[in-house]
Amino acid sequence: MSLIDSVSLPRSLRLPRVDGLIQWIVPLAIIAIWQVASVTGFVPTRVLPAPSDVLLAGWQLLLSGELVRNIWVSFWRASIGFLIGGSIGFAFGLANGLSQLSAKLTDTTLQMVRNVPHLALIPLVILWFGIDESAKLFLVALGVFFPIYLNTLHGIRTVDPQLIEMGRIYGMTDGELFRRVIFPGALPSIFVGIRFALGIMWLTLIVAETIAASSGLGYMAMQAREFMLIDVVVLSILIYALLGKLADSASRVLERLTLSWHPAFQKR
Amino acid sequence: MQTALRTSLPETEIASRANFAPHARVVREERPVQASGLPLSIRGLRKSYGDNEVLRGIDLHIPAGQFVAIVGKSGCGKSTLLRLIAGLEKFDAGSISLGDAVKPEDIRVMFQEPRLLPWARVLSNVEVGLGRDRASSDAHSRAEKALTEVGLADKRDQWPSVLSGGQKQRVALARALVSRPRVLAFDEPLGALDALTRISMQRLLERVWRDQGFTAILVTHDVAEAVALADRVLVIEEGRIAHDVVVNTGRPRQRGSAELAGLEGSILSHLLSADDRT
Repeated sequence: MSLIDSVSLPRSLRLPRVDGLIQWIVPLAIIAIWQVASVTGFVPTRVLPAPSDVLLAGWQLLLSGELVRNIWVSFWRASIGFLIGGSIGFAFGLANGLSQLSAKLTDTTLQMVRNVPHLALIPLVILWFGIDESAKLFLVALGVFFPIYLNTLHGIRTVDPQLIEMGRIYGMTDGELFRRVIFPGALPSIFVGIRFALGIMWLTLIVAETIAASSGLGYMAMQAREFMLIDVVVLSILIYALLGKLADSASRVLERLTLSWHPAFQKR
Repeated sequence: MQTALRTSLPETEIASRANFAPHARVVREERPVQASGLPLSIRGLRKSYGDNEVLRGIDLHIPAGQFVAIVGKSGCGKSTLLRLIAGLEKFDAGSISLGDAVKPEDIRVMFQEPRLLPWARVLSNVEVGLGRDRASSDAHSRAEKALTEVGLADKRDQWPSVLSGGQKQRVALARALVSRPRVLAFDEPLGALDALTRISMQRLLERVWRDQGFTAILVTHDVAEAVALADRVLVIEEGRIAHDVVVNTGRPRQRGSAELAGLEGSILSHLLSADDRT
C-alpha cells in the first residue's frame, strides 16, 4: 500500500471528530477562566463558587442519591408533559391542516389562548392542582402544545400542491396521500416545532419547579438557596444547560434519521 | 492485493454488459400484447374560467397510437385541453370519449416539473405510477423494468435531489410508463431542460412511443420539437383548432432536415401571422 492510501483513510475518519470537539472549546475555556478567577480570589466564592467546588457538591449529591433522584423527577416531568402536550398539538395540527371545518371551528380559539403567556397561569394552576405532579405536567404540556401545533399546521398547509395533484392522478387514496405525500412533506416543519417545544419545555419546568414543587432540579436549587449553598444552585443551573443540550441533540439525531432525503441533511 | 482488485474489476463489468443486451430483449418479449393505444374522440369541447372562455368548441379525432403535438401561444388553451383529456379538470360542454373500458391507469400525464416525491427513493417514486397495483408482489420488478427502459436502473436507490434535471424527468417518464398506459399526455415535459438534454429526451420519448404504441399527446411551445416528434401537429388559436398539419416524414427523422425545417417555418408563420392580425 502506498503512503497516501494509509494516511488518507484515518484522516477521513478523524475529521468529523475534530469538528465535534471544536464546539466544546468555548465552554471549556470559560470554565477554565472561571476556575482561575475563583482560585486567585478575583471572584469571591460567595458570588460564584469555583467549578471544582460545584463538581464536588455534585459528587456529594450523587453519592447521597439526591442528585439522581431529582434529575430523574425533572426528566420524567419534562418528557411526560412533552408527550401529552406534543401529541395534542400534533393532533390539532393534523386536524386543522387537513380539514377546513376543523380549522374554522378551533383555530381562532387556539390562537386566542396562544396569546396568553402560559406561565401567567401558574397561580391558577396552583389553585387547581396544588403543588402536585399534575400542575407541572399541565404547564409543560400547555407550553409545548403551541409550537408543535403551529408548525404541524404550517407544514401540512405548505406541502407542494403539485405533489398532491400528482398523488391524486396516480390514484392514491386519502390514507396513502397522507402517508406518502402530506406527512413526509410536513415533517421538516414539524421538527422545527419540536425543537422550539423542547426549549419551552425546560423553561416551563424550571419556573414551575422553583415556584411550586417538593422535588426536582428546580426544587433542589430553591432548597439550596434557603441554606446559602451557592455551589448547589450553580450545579442545578449547569445541569439544566446540559439537559437542554441533550434534548436538542436527540432531536437533531432524529431529524437526521428521518430527513435523510433532504438536501440539507445529506453528506457529500 | 490492490492491483489484483483493479484487474478483476473490468472483467466483471464486461460480463455484466454482455448479460445486459439479451436480458433487455427478454424484457420486451414478456410485454403484454394488450398495451396498445386508445383512440380519442372530442366533440364540441368547451371550457371557461369565469368570464374567460378558454376552449371554444374543439372537435378532434385522434386514431389509436398516433403521436399528436399541440402548439400555440401561451394562453391559447393548449394546456387546458390536455388537462381535460387527462381528466384533471371538468369541462363545461361537449364530450371526450376514449373508446372501450378505460381504467385510471390507462391514462398518464407527464408535467413540465418532474413532481417526484423528494422523500422517496427513485425506485419507490416509479412504483407510485402503478396506481392500484402498487401493493402487488411484482411492483418492484415492474418499476425496475421501467427504470431500465429510461436508462436509469443504476439510480434506483438514489434520492431525487441528487439527480440532474434530465434524470429527474426520465424518472417521471418511467413513473408514467410503469402502468403501461394507453394514452400518455405530455404537458411541456422538456420545457425546463437544456438544449442537449432536450434532444436526448426527445429521442427517448420517440423510442418508448414506438416500442409501446400508446397514443401520445404532446403540448409544447417548441414547433421544432413538435415537427420532429409528431405524426400530426395541431395549432390552437383562441380556443379553437386553427390548423391541423400532418407530418409525413418517415422515421427515424433527421433533425434539421430541409423538409422538417420547411414545415416548422410554415407553422411558425401561421402562429406569427395570427399575432399580426390582433
